[in-house]
Amino acid sequence: MTAEATLTRKRLQLSDLTRLSTIGLRTRKLRAGLSALGIAIGVAAIVAVLGLSSSSQAGLLNEINQLGTNLLTVSNGQTLTATPAELPTTAPGMIGRIPGVQQVQTTGAVSGADAYRNPYIPSVDTNALTVQAASLDLLPVVATRMARGSFLNAATAREPVAVLGAAAAQRLGIDRIYPGERLWVGGQWFYVAGILKPAVLASTIDSSVLIGYPAAEKYLGFDGHPATVYVRARTDRVDAVDNLLAATANPENPNQVNVSQPSSALVAQADAKSALNGLFLGLGAVALLVGAVGVANIMIISVLERRPEIGLRRALGATRSHIRTQFLSEAVLLGLLGGAVGVGAGVLSTAIYAHTKNWAIVIPTEAWAGGIAASLIIGAVAGLVPALRAARLSPTQALWSV
Amino acid sequence: MTSTPQHLPDRSSVDAGDGSVTDAVQAPVLDVDNLTKSYPGEPPVQALRGVNLAIGEGELVGIVGPSGSGKTTLLQLMGTLDRPTSGHVRIGGLDVASMADDDVAYLRATRIGFVFQQFFLAEHATVLDNVADGLLYAGVPLEQRRQRAIDALELVGLAQRRHARPTQLSGGQRQRVAIARALVGQPAVVLADEPTGNLDQATGQSILALIDRLHRTGSTIVVITHDHAIAERMSRKVEILDGQIVADTGPDTGADARRRSPAPLARPAIHAPQAAYGGPVNHEPS
Repeated sequence: MTAEATLTRKRLQLSDLTRLSTIGLRTRKLRAGLSALGIAIGVAAIVAVLGLSSSSQAGLLNEINQLGTNLLTVSNGQTLTATPAELPTTAPGMIGRIPGVQQVQTTGAVSGADAYRNPYIPSVDTNALTVQAASLDLLPVVATRMARGSFLNAATAREPVAVLGAAAAQRLGIDRIYPGERLWVGGQWFYVAGILKPAVLASTIDSSVLIGYPAAEKYLGFDGHPATVYVRARTDRVDAVDNLLAATANPENPNQVNVSQPSSALVAQADAKSALNGLFLGLGAVALLVGAVGVANIMIISVLERRPEIGLRRALGATRSHIRTQFLSEAVLLGLLGGAVGVGAGVLSTAIYAHTKNWAIVIPTEAWAGGIAASLIIGAVAGLVPALRAARLSPTQALWSV
Repeated sequence: MTSTPQHLPDRSSVDAGDGSVTDAVQAPVLDVDNLTKSYPGEPPVQALRGVNLAIGEGELVGIVGPSGSGKTTLLQLMGTLDRPTSGHVRIGGLDVASMADDDVAYLRATRIGFVFQQFFLAEHATVLDNVADGLLYAGVPLEQRRQRAIDALELVGLAQRRHARPTQLSGGQRQRVAIARALVGQPAVVLADEPTGNLDQATGQSILALIDRLHRTGSTIVVITHDHAIAERMSRKVEILDGQIVADTGPDTGADARRRSPAPLARPAIHAPQAAYGGPVNHEPS
């Protein structure tokens, strides 16, 4: 002992406190594990729900980014008398001259023409398909590719040749292209040249039978007015182009034009939280609550069981606050243990699911940090009453009532 | 009660054999003055009724009395585990009544060692760490605690078993570990409550022989017992009945000579006799 022994020197060293607070965990491993399990399940549920919804959102946004956010569509609206308006045939050319516009492609609905496998199909069974005239460089603009066969070209656009959207091919029962495959379109055979992959940004194309403009005019009496203009603008000019599109497409009646940005609708969809998330988060919170009760229960029992230890420590010179700190830190440690296991399990399950879906693994900071913080707070709150009880125990009671 | 930090008198200067501190040596290490203790109830239980006792350094005192005589209450008050209803307890001249709880706790950590009937050893920890825990609340770093625990274990003849668990030891060995834990801080006084109460007679005798040997090397030890035969073996016997001291053989006059011998932990270990102490001792295991 040093010569100057003062009464102020009585704080436990951190290493000693760590040793003390793990006594309960080391000596009663199964019990500690089970009581931490409740917290682990709750934290795992919360981390997994937040992680999965973030990962799926990240996956969707990534997909949208790959498709490009600079696609604008111009479509015909309605006139004052609620009949469909027509876009002027000059619209694509005019739009192409707006500064910042990179590509302009169009489709035009061929009215009065329906597509069937053969002439014997009842005419009411249209499969909700539309026949559309399409310009030749449509595919890169709507960010899709051919699944099979080839798209229209300058030659086939003049002939009775059709390309099927993904949904249209499915509804017609055509999944491959072989020579001589044909469709009965508007009272006339059209040869099938290809099938498209789904066009996420332009879903109307999916349920369309696409033919060339010249062929539509020649065989189906199409008037040549585009119904939809697909515009790719420079990314930094998207908003400026957007503002000019209506007036440029139809200078006479700009209010009869609908302008939209398909990717923004998808982003909004990705941002929307699933209603089930709330339910699972609630379940996680309930599990956390049950875990807290479990920890409190185990700590109260522990204090009762360890009365002799508490008494002995008081006899060895522990102050009330030493005892309080020991039991409180044990409870906090129990909570943290559960929280760490829970975060691990939540991250693991998110990683496995995201991997199978090819999503990026995204664990929001608030999910894991919140899970750890919640388990720490739960441990502290649950351990408070038992720790105060342990500290209140008088040494004589603790030592001589066993 | 004051909360200002107090400086304890440096005990090592009291122990120092330079002759200049002989006045300090005369002061009792433990001194109770007109001590009363009553426990609430209907009617209140009067456990102690005015006890006066001064224990000098180096004494070996046996406090003997039947159940309910107040001897355990006296030990609790002398050990500062409880506070008296009236009267004063002084440890090394410091009046416990004027000290805050935390200061009293530190006083226990540095000045008082306890030995209990039930040993109270931690089963999950090694013998060495059980003994080292005797210094935990005195603010001694772990490595130093362990080093001093080895010294204390040598003193009770168990240094070889320091890596064993208490569950692997016999009852007598466990009590030796508990005694080592009480001694490790070189306390001013060791209070032993029925130290042989949980042991068979032969083992109890070896523990008593160990206590006797520790006394001869300078430790101040108070043994509380219900067994007169055990108390007879102490150099001073105090009888307590109905909360009052009824007989006291008086301070051990031979203590001065022993006091000048070096402190127990400073000298090499003496191996404890394993055989029972041969003598007309009638020890009743409880």
